[in-house]
Amino acid sequence: MDVEQLEKKAIEMRKATWEMIYRAKSGHTGSDLSCTDILVALYYKVLNQTPETFKNEDRDRYIQSKGHAVEILLNILADRGYFPKEDLLTYSQFKSPYIGHPNNHIKGIEMNTGSLGHGLALSVGIAKAAKMDDKDYHTYVLMGDGEQAEGSVWEAAMAAGSFKLDNLTAIIDHNGLQITGKTKDVMNSEPLKAKYEAFGWNVVEIDGNDMSQLVDVFDLKPVQNKPTLILADTVKGCGVSFAENKAEWHHKVPTEEQYKEALDVFDKELEERK
Amino acid sequence: MSEEKARKVGEVICEQLVDAGKKDSDIVVLTSDSRGSGSLVPFAKELPKQIVEVGIAEQDLVTISAGLAHSGKRPFAVSPAAFLTMRSIEQVKVDVSYSNTNVKLLGISGGNSYSVLGSTHHSLQDLAITRAIPNLEVYMPCDQYQTVGLFKYLVKSDKPAYIRIGKKALNNCYSNPEEAFVKPGKANVLRNGKDVALVAMGETVPEALKAADLLEKQGIKATVVDLVSLKPLDTELLSKISNEFSDIYTIEEHSIYNGIGSAVAEVVATSGSAKLHILGFPDAPAIAGTQDEVFSYYGLDGAGIAKNVEKSIS
Ligand SMILES: Cc1ncc(C[n+]2csc(CCOP(=O)(O)OP(=O)(O)O)c2C)c(N)n1
Repeated sequence: MDVEQLEKKAIEMRKATWEMIYRAKSGHTGSDLSCTDILVALYYKVLNQTPETFKNEDRDRYIQSKGHAVEILLNILADRGYFPKEDLLTYSQFKSPYIGHPNNHIKGIEMNTGSLGHGLALSVGIAKAAKMDDKDYHTYVLMGDGEQAEGSVWEAAMAAGSFKLDNLTAIIDHNGLQITGKTKDVMNSEPLKAKYEAFGWNVVEIDGNDMSQLVDVFDLKPVQNKPTLILADTVKGCGVSFAENKAEWHHKVPTEEQYKEALDVFDKELEERK
Repeated sequence: MSEEKARKVGEVICEQLVDAGKKDSDIVVLTSDSRGSGSLVPFAKELPKQIVEVGIAEQDLVTISAGLAHSGKRPFAVSPAAFLTMRSIEQVKVDVSYSNTNVKLLGISGGNSYSVLGSTHHSLQDLAITRAIPNLEVYMPCDQYQTVGLFKYLVKSDKPAYIRIGKKALNNCYSNPEEAFVKPGKANVLRNGKDVALVAMGETVPEALKAADLLEKQGIKATVVDLVSLKPLDTELLSKISNEFSDIYTIEEHSIYNGIGSAVAEVVATSGSAKLHILGFPDAPAIAGTQDEVFSYYGLDGAGIAKNVEKSIS
C-alpha cells in the first residue's frame, strides 16, 4: 500500500473502532484513535507477518504494551484476515474471547497484555531470543507515555540497551494524556528522548499521526547495536474533533448524537477518497 | 435492613476520607492515575494538599506510602486491587507489613468487577496472598453501612490493612454502621436458621441473603454469616457453627483456593465436624461477561447458591 491507501485504511479502521465501541458501550476510545495510524503502518506495510505466517518462527513480532487500546488492534487483525470480521460482533459479550484487552487465544495476538509496564520486557525477551538463535525477525512494541511511570519499563529499557538489541523497535504513543489528565502533571516522564538515549537507545521523533512520516521512519535502517525508540507525537482521540486532546475521552463511550456526528465525518472523508 | 437506596462503596469511602481528612491533616490519599476510578475526585478538590499522585507506578505507590507513614502520615494508597496486590505485593510484605508502617491499602474495582476487561484486571487471588501476610488486616465491606463503620475505625487505627471493594452499587444488608461493623475479627450473624450455614463476605453477602430467601421457600432454613474481616478471623463463631451445622457453605468472589473457603476450612478441620462446601471461582481465568453474568455462570448468585445447597441437603 502507498501512503494514500494507508491513510484511507486508517479512516476505515477508525470508523470500525468507533462503531464497535458504540455497539459494545465499552472501550478505550481516545487511546485507540491516538495510535490508529501507527498500527495501520505496522500491519499493512511494515510487519513481515500474515494470518498464514503467524505461527512461523521468522515472523516479525508485535506486542501491544498499552493493551487497553485493543479495539483498534482487533479491527485491524480482522481486516487483515486473522479471523472473521463478524466475530467482533461478540466483542465484550458473555463468553467472547474478544475482551477489553489483548487475549492470546485470538489469532494474531502474541501475548496477553493490559497490565501496563510488561510489554517492553516481553519484547526484550523476544528480541534477545532472536539474537541467541541468529534469527532475522524484528520485534515491535507499542507503549503509552503515561505507562513510562512504571519502573519495569526502565528496567527493560536498560536491558535492551545493555543487550544491544538493534532488532527491537519501541514506539511511544506520545499523546501527552493519561486518565487523570496531562502526563506532565500526573507524573512527568520527560525528557523521554534524553532518557532513552542515556539508556543506550537510538531515538527518532516523528508526528505519529502522519502516515508518510510513519512509513519513512519504519524504513530507516536500524543503528547497529542500539534498540530504536520512535517517539511518536500523537493526538489522543485523533480523527474525532470533539474527542481530540481531551483526557475524559480515554475510555468514554459516545452518545448517540456524538456517534452519528463522527460517523458522518468518517463517511465524508472516505467518500472524498473514493 | 434499611430502605435507603443502594450505594457505591467507593463514594461512601470518599465521604469518610474527606470528613476524616478535614479533622486530621495527616490523613493523606495516594493515587496511581486512579483517582477517577477510586471515586476520589471530590477528595482531591476539597483537600488538594492531602492527595499525592504517583503516576502509573503501583510499586512506588505502596513504598512511598510506607515512607510517608514512617514520618507520621496516615496514608490510604488507592489502586485497582489487581495491581495493588500482585504488582506491589513485595512492597506490601516488606515495607508495610514487615516494617509495620500504618498504610491502608485500598484495592478498588476488585474481584471480578472489571468483568470483560479480562484477567489482567481481575483480583481473584488477592485474599490468598494478603491473608498470608502477617500484620495485615483484611476487609471487604458488603454495604454502605459497613463501609462507614469500617472507615470510622480505619482512620483512627494504627495498623496496616488491605480493603477490597468492587465497582457496583451495593444493596443494604444492614441498617446502621454500628451494627454492620463492631470491631476487627467480629463476624455478624445476619440470619438464623437451623439447617445450613452460609458464610460470605463483601459482594457475596447480599447473594447469600438472597439464597437464604429462596431456600426458605423450599423449607430449608439457613444461617447467614458475614465474616466482616478475613483477618483477624472470628474463629470463635466459626468454631461454634462448625459444630452446630452438618453443612457449611462459603461463597466468595475469589479463587476457590486459599481465600474465604480455605480460612473457614482451617477452623472446621481443627475444631469442628461440619462438611464444608467451597463456592468460588474455578482455577482458571474467569469467563468474559458482566459481573452478574459471571456470578450466575459460576453459581455464585442467590439462585446458584440455593441450587447447590438444595442438592446436598435434600
Ligand atoms: C499496571 C497498570 N496500572 C494501571 C492500569 C490502568 N490504566 C489503563 S490505561 C491507563 C492510562 C494509560 O495512559 P498512557 O500510557 O498514556 O496511554 P494512552 O491511553 O494515553 O495512550 C491506566 C492507568 C493498567 N492497565 N495497568
